[in-house]
Amino acid sequence: MFRYLLHKLALIVPTIFGISLAAFAFVRLLPGDPILAMAGERGVSPERYAELVERFGFNRPYIVQYYEYISRVLGGDFGISLSTKRPVFGEFMTLFPATLELALVAMIIAILIGIPAGIFAAVKRGSWFDQATMGVALTGYSMPIFWWGLLLIIFFSGYLGWTPVSGRIGLQFFFKPVTGFMLIDSLISGRPGAFWSAASHLILPSIVLATIPLAVIARQTRSAMLEVLGEDYVRTARAKGLSPRRVIGLHAFRNALIPVITTIGLQVGTLMAGAILTETIFSWPGIGKWMIDAIGKRDYAVVQSGLLIIALIVMAVNLVVDVLYAVINPRIRVQ
Amino acid sequence: MKTKLTFAAALLAATVMGGMANAKQLVYCSEASPAGFDPSPWSGGNDFDASSRTIYSRLVEFDHGKTTISPGLAESWTVSDDGKEYTFKLRKGVKFQTTDWFTPTRDLNAEDVKFSFERQWKKESPWYSYLAGTGWEYFTGMGFPELLKEIVVVDDLTVKFVLNKPEVAFLPDLGMDFASIVSKEYADQLEKAGTLAQFSQKPVGTGPYQFVDYQVDAVIRYQAWDGYFGGRQKIDDLIFAITPDAAVRAQKLKAGECDIMSYPAPADIAGLKADTNLNVAEQEGLNVGYMAYNTTVAPFDKVEVRKALNMAVNKQAIIDAVYQGAGQVAVNPIPPTMWSYNKNIKDDAYDPEAAKKMLADAGVKDLSMKIWAMPVSRPYNPGAQRVAEMIQADYAKVGVKAEIVSYEWTEYRERGKAKDRDGAFQLGWTGDNGDPDNFLFLLGCSAIGQSNYAIWCNKEFEDLLQAGKATTDVAKRTEIYEKAQEVFKREAPWLTIAHSKVFMPMNKKVVGFAMDPLGIHRFDGVDVTE
Repeated sequence: MFRYLLHKLALIVPTIFGISLAAFAFVRLLPGDPILAMAGERGVSPERYAELVERFGFNRPYIVQYYEYISRVLGGDFGISLSTKRPVFGEFMTLFPATLELALVAMIIAILIGIPAGIFAAVKRGSWFDQATMGVALTGYSMPIFWWGLLLIIFFSGYLGWTPVSGRIGLQFFFKPVTGFMLIDSLISGRPGAFWSAASHLILPSIVLATIPLAVIARQTRSAMLEVLGEDYVRTARAKGLSPRRVIGLHAFRNALIPVITTIGLQVGTLMAGAILTETIFSWPGIGKWMIDAIGKRDYAVVQSGLLIIALIVMAVNLVVDVLYAVINPRIRVQ
Repeated sequence: MKTKLTFAAALLAATVMGGMANAKQLVYCSEASPAGFDPSPWSGGNDFDASSRTIYSRLVEFDHGKTTISPGLAESWTVSDDGKEYTFKLRKGVKFQTTDWFTPTRDLNAEDVKFSFERQWKKESPWYSYLAGTGWEYFTGMGFPELLKEIVVVDDLTVKFVLNKPEVAFLPDLGMDFASIVSKEYADQLEKAGTLAQFSQKPVGTGPYQFVDYQVDAVIRYQAWDGYFGGRQKIDDLIFAITPDAAVRAQKLKAGECDIMSYPAPADIAGLKADTNLNVAEQEGLNVGYMAYNTTVAPFDKVEVRKALNMAVNKQAIIDAVYQGAGQVAVNPIPPTMWSYNKNIKDDAYDPEAAKKMLADAGVKDLSMKIWAMPVSRPYNPGAQRVAEMIQADYAKVGVKAEIVSYEWTEYRERGKAKDRDGAFQLGWTGDNGDPDNFLFLLGCSAIGQSNYAIWCNKEFEDLLQAGKATTDVAKRTEIYEKAQEVFKREAPWLTIAHSKVFMPMNKKVVGFAMDPLGIHRFDGVDVTE
């Protein structure tokens, strides 16, 4: 087990370097100049431009810039945002809890609905339920998030008035964040109604963000279950006269779970990508919107470090999933 | 008697409690997060809304909804005969805001004024570079480092600006956001504590509202500043709900989650106007959308060719289709709301037949050219690509073949500046300070390679431009600029496309909000009725 973990960790190091290099190159390959973007339409005189280029070091060879960037990052310094002049890591930590809260709730929705739906679809293979579920899943998977979010807002908030349009909590609630998770902070604040306000603000964005992972998980669960249900040991279990519930719930599902967990781990990346659009529509103050703004402003420091931090998180989650995988499936450990 | 007293006490209690419960609140759905709360380092309208116009004040202030100026922190001023010395008498007893992080021990004085400018100017000041890589873009962009010679503290309440040369727009410049007055006492305190960065995160000013809290990318909270020299505001709590998507802002306004919103999408305006709970205020924007020919490259170096191309374009059709009626055909390079606008100038009439003939007379045959289209939507031009397509179709009717080109936004502007640029270049301008020079300088000889995309240097126009800058007499300047507009129209370095309208939808209970021609959102003097 220890060697397995070591092996996984050893793989992460070159990946991090690869990603840092890709992130560094990506922002510089984008057309557009950070200093001109900063100056805006008013423009900047050639002398001033030269002065700023010098100050930010953009005139030095890329290899030198990269070396300085990566040595600072290894020392724990992710740089200063070009636009807000605040430390990138500090900004990230302020905004990340909002994204994490949204992503966790979305993931819980996706798992709680996706897995049972997938199991039922597999068990009732070919039934109307199976076909309907898979049809809806395919639609969900292909849903353009921006359009879907706006549609939900117009219907549920505008037309029915059931949910708030955007934001994290009603504006009448004002308290200092403690954990950064609005659901928890609203409880800590002790203000009546705050928790419900926070929860109601979460409904639409988490549904929107959950849509794609839910579809993927449902489809993956179904196909994994179908495969397992055709195995000999399931037939044996049935032949022994076990109840269908026991056969499906214990013998089939536990084995089908392995590829599903891998899929869930991989969906973390999808959630991060989905968060960018979801947060923009719902004015959700998280890192997705932060990254989009930074790309628009060619804020090199935020884009390159932000991408790296997000990649680190996705890798960490996948590492946990790998470990979990080994816990469920002893064969992996032995290999 | 006793009953009466009890009743009076109960009434008093009810009033006090009622007052507490009914703290007046105004929620503004704004379009973007501010980069910080120091009014000077940044240049975005959303930065100004959140800092300079709420928290701070300036020596002079633009009048509500106008481009004229009135006394602000300075109650009066005198200008020397040579126009190089401006002496300001400061208002007495102006209080800086008392907040959780700063308690002022003195009122505003001349040192604060001196510091507010020198921190953007003197490189040896620790405040010049307190934010990594700050360029003080507006201060340098308005030419202040070359303009200012020194700032002298005459006495506690008198401050003198000595200039290197006369500058007619100096007073309106001082009404601009970057010229907001900050507290030197607060800065000194932070410098001593070594926490300079706090200056832009926990601001202190003399303006109508004081800063309470900012939750990044979500909500900014302000409260009325009790000691505001202009009188306490009627709104107790002012809240900015940051909502980047225009369609979502409109939904929030309709749902009552905010009281007023900025920049509606053109497609949403009809729906907002139809809502009986809302008012949609509108105003001619202080802007111009144009297309600049490269006047140094053949055949665009010929006036007749430029005129003919101008006459080939049906501008009204562009206003109807792209601006969706929210604009008007531009005749002059300055908008009609600006003083010195020359009403007598006639636009080049839309006449494809005459245009065709003029081109033929000028010896131009089978002309093919480029039309540049900005990749972004701007207040002065909501859809440059669509505008380009319409001009392309119009040109085709007079036998000119046009190809549309576009680049990433910063690269677009860089490539447009090239002296050998091929083709006609779309762009626009929004005024900063309400002075005609702030528009006409775009066509000055010294702006070539910067903002003069027509690469047009006309001696007559340039002389008028310089003459206009050399006097402060408004009547004289009006005459000069009227003349300059005639020269401009005769020479046609641009196709003037449109002046757009700006809309501001708000709940009917919001009163006293004046739309600002400079595109600023001000909440002083605003009230809500129940």
